[in-house]
Amino acid sequence: MSGLRNMPAPGAVDARRPHAVAAPPPEKRGRRRRRTSGPGYTLYAQGEPMVWLTGGALVLCMAMIAGMVLLIVGQGLRTFWPVPVTRVTTLEGDRLMGEVTRQDRFAPGPEVLARLSPDDAARARAAMETADDGLVERRLLRTGNFELTGTHFHWVSGFAVTEEQAPPWAIVFERREWGRFYGVPVAFTVDGAEVARDPRHADGGAGHAEPSPVWAEFTARMPEIRRLIRERYRLEQVEIGRVNRRLESARLALRKVELRHERGRATDDDLARARVLQADRERAAQADYEPIAARIAGLNAEIRRPALLLETADGREKVLPLADIVRAYPANRLSLPEKLGVYLSRWREFLLSDPREANTEGGVFPAIFGTVVMTLIMTVVVVPFGVLAALYLREYAKAGAVVSAIRIAVNNLAGVPSIVFGVFGLGFFCYIVGWRIDTLFYEASLPRPTYGKGGILWAAMTLALLTLPVVIVATEEALAAVPRSMREGSYACGASKWQTIARIVLPRAMPGIMTGMILAMARGAGEVAPLMLVGAVKLAPDLPVDFQNLAGALGPIPTGPLHADRSFMHLGFHIYDVGFQSPNSEAAKPMVFTTTLLLITLIAALNLTAIWIRSRLRRRFSAGAF
Amino acid sequence: MTHTAPVQPPDRPIEMSGRERILDDARFAAMARGESIACETHAALAGEDTVLEIDRFNLHYGTVRALYDISMNIPRGRITALIGPSGCGKSTLLRSVNRLNDLIDSVRITGDMRLSGDSIYAPDVDVIELRKRMGMVFQKSNPFPMSIYENVVYPLRVDGVRNRGTLDEVCERSLRGAALWEEVRDRLQESALSLSGGQQQRLCIARAIAAEPEVLLMDEPCSALDPIATSKIEELMLGLRGEYTVLIVTHNMQQASRASDFCAFMYLGRLVEYGPTPDMFTNPHLRETEDYITGRFG
Repeated sequence: MSGLRNMPAPGAVDARRPHAVAAPPPEKRGRRRRRTSGPGYTLYAQGEPMVWLTGGALVLCMAMIAGMVLLIVGQGLRTFWPVPVTRVTTLEGDRLMGEVTRQDRFAPGPEVLARLSPDDAARARAAMETADDGLVERRLLRTGNFELTGTHFHWVSGFAVTEEQAPPWAIVFERREWGRFYGVPVAFTVDGAEVARDPRHADGGAGHAEPSPVWAEFTARMPEIRRLIRERYRLEQVEIGRVNRRLESARLALRKVELRHERGRATDDDLARARVLQADRERAAQADYEPIAARIAGLNAEIRRPALLLETADGREKVLPLADIVRAYPANRLSLPEKLGVYLSRWREFLLSDPREANTEGGVFPAIFGTVVMTLIMTVVVVPFGVLAALYLREYAKAGAVVSAIRIAVNNLAGVPSIVFGVFGLGFFCYIVGWRIDTLFYEASLPRPTYGKGGILWAAMTLALLTLPVVIVATEEALAAVPRSMREGSYACGASKWQTIARIVLPRAMPGIMTGMILAMARGAGEVAPLMLVGAVKLAPDLPVDFQNLAGALGPIPTGPLHADRSFMHLGFHIYDVGFQSPNSEAAKPMVFTTTLLLITLIAALNLTAIWIRSRLRRRFSAGAF
Repeated sequence: MTHTAPVQPPDRPIEMSGRERILDDARFAAMARGESIACETHAALAGEDTVLEIDRFNLHYGTVRALYDISMNIPRGRITALIGPSGCGKSTLLRSVNRLNDLIDSVRITGDMRLSGDSIYAPDVDVIELRKRMGMVFQKSNPFPMSIYENVVYPLRVDGVRNRGTLDEVCERSLRGAALWEEVRDRLQESALSLSGGQQQRLCIARAIAAEPEVLLMDEPCSALDPIATSKIEELMLGLRGEYTVLIVTHNMQQASRASDFCAFMYLGRLVEYGPTPDMFTNPHLRETEDYITGRFG
């Protein structure tokens, strides 16, 4: 028997664990084991019933998500497809022409039936009785011609239709104002004198010559008119904008001298000189303005010369200048490629141009641009801040009550309603910080605020605050997941703490930080409520970056720096505005779906880009062979 | 050289469990009472040139004492192996040499170590400068998520070396030293994580010797490797002998006997016996050492 045999077992007297827990007595261990034999025991498989509960929950989730996406995609993609034009004659003798936008079934009230002749009422009742659900069909006709009829839409009951046709020469006009117009072309005029004429026909131009000379004249002249309108837009936006900026800068220069003079820092001579200078510059600007204004007036006169004489379904006449027309197409004569052409041209307009008609028509380019720019500014602000804060919390701070309290506070910040952030952003960024900036740097423009109001910078900062917890939490998790062995390896090489963080920990945590960034972007891009307080507007006069429609370019080209003080349009706010603040809500409804589709696509695109970058990073840091 | 209050020995006797009680051996009786013991140091060590001097070193994790008055001299240019059963404090001692234990908040130490005469635990020591004089290889290979080249020159990078020529030269020398050059010379810019496990460990050795450290610390460098990779690393260690001082922790008796010049047996936080490897394995002075080495316990 050697001495060592008698040594204490190493575990029991382990210096690090003097009170090693004794193993439970062996007889207790077997108590909970399942019975493996005896009466009632069977070897038949029991199945795994919980898989149905858990799987069912997943299926339900997926069904809801898929349903929502399908609804948005289906409705959103359908909006711009050109539908045929129908002309109906009702029992009351009204003739209505337009696009069928919706169908449903309803039970007409007794007062509706009472207005019909006894025969018609009997027929309507019979139709209701024979139908399975006791209802009759009705259609919502988009009849347009608002300035003539005072309404954009008409409900047409199925039983009230006596005659229905698809007039071959019914044209759908999308106009710059008053919404759509449905009519049959009769004549083409220039300065009121007829250039071409189609024979008048009661049934929607069925007897028009093929091809129609009026329509041919229209398609030949329209490109020139479009070019002139673009030229007018350029003059108004760019040239006049430039003159206005010169006037404004001259005014500001004078105002600065006046302010200095008030404080006794400028002499009377300085003030007098400044006044003269300002007057000179104003005169020069005015001199430049006049030829531009003259050219615009000339263009206006030119583009208003050609016009179409149209006949509506109820036989009224309407002169429609080409200048008012955005798009026109003979809906019932379009072949499939032509329909596709109209569809794509509407998408192009939607994506690349400014809104019209209180946002219900035209494009959403300013909103797309505002959303993207705001999200990017927000990301640029929130990621460095969040990462630095998380670095301190995880790497430098000594674990304790204060750090735990801060961590809890950060997590709670994520649960604060977003409108609260909006109120804070308005109060702090716009009114305190913005006011301070204005009084320091933009005093000459006061009382008109520059930064002391909602703007894209403040909106981005507010959302950065809102998404800060997401970034901090994700970064902390990513930092905690960096293996201890990496840090020790770095320290053992003689690296300082910061060198270890910068060269080893941060690169290794980068995919996790990117995840936080993606989540923050998704949250920020979809947020609307706080933006309404800190800078998102229904219609922004200028983009945050000055754009220019250059000839030959697919779309507008950015020129000039970012104006972080400007208010901006946002897709999320645009959805709210179009859907719920619009005077023509029936026409706006499809636009809500389309804009929603666009917003979702945009957020998905931003996220996919970030995910792609993250997967590239991950490939760099993940283990290869082994 | 005491930086923290001296630690009282535990006031209650350490519990003993197991089949038998300690009999008459004075050393184990002292250990059981929580006292330090004197190390049985062989006379052959006296003739060696000391690079690292450990002087009555104690370490506590919170209230738990992990090292008891360790005193030993590590000879320059030799391979010294620390052996002993799990939890005996080998790794703790090794990690105390380059003060990696500083990263753990609850650690307190007393006593000192001296690297070529310079105190390691003096209050005014710059830990970062100190660690630059040592290299360390860990139990699990820990290449950084960067290229092979950047991994090797990392100690120089953090030291602020920018000269491309120097870096290239060090990279090649270190990789040759770690017997990895021929395998990776054509893919220095590839991720270090694309290497096999054994290659990764040799890469870590290359990194550890890149700054030409005075002492190379190895914490069970072969425990996660297969026999072929292990033998490569052992060859490598033997090749480094003379040029570098190696202090290696190992669980593997064969490895200690094959690849070390001196061997220190630790048990329960104490240094029990320390001497030339052949003597330790063939003719240990203490029966405890013999029992451990022959596998009768541990």
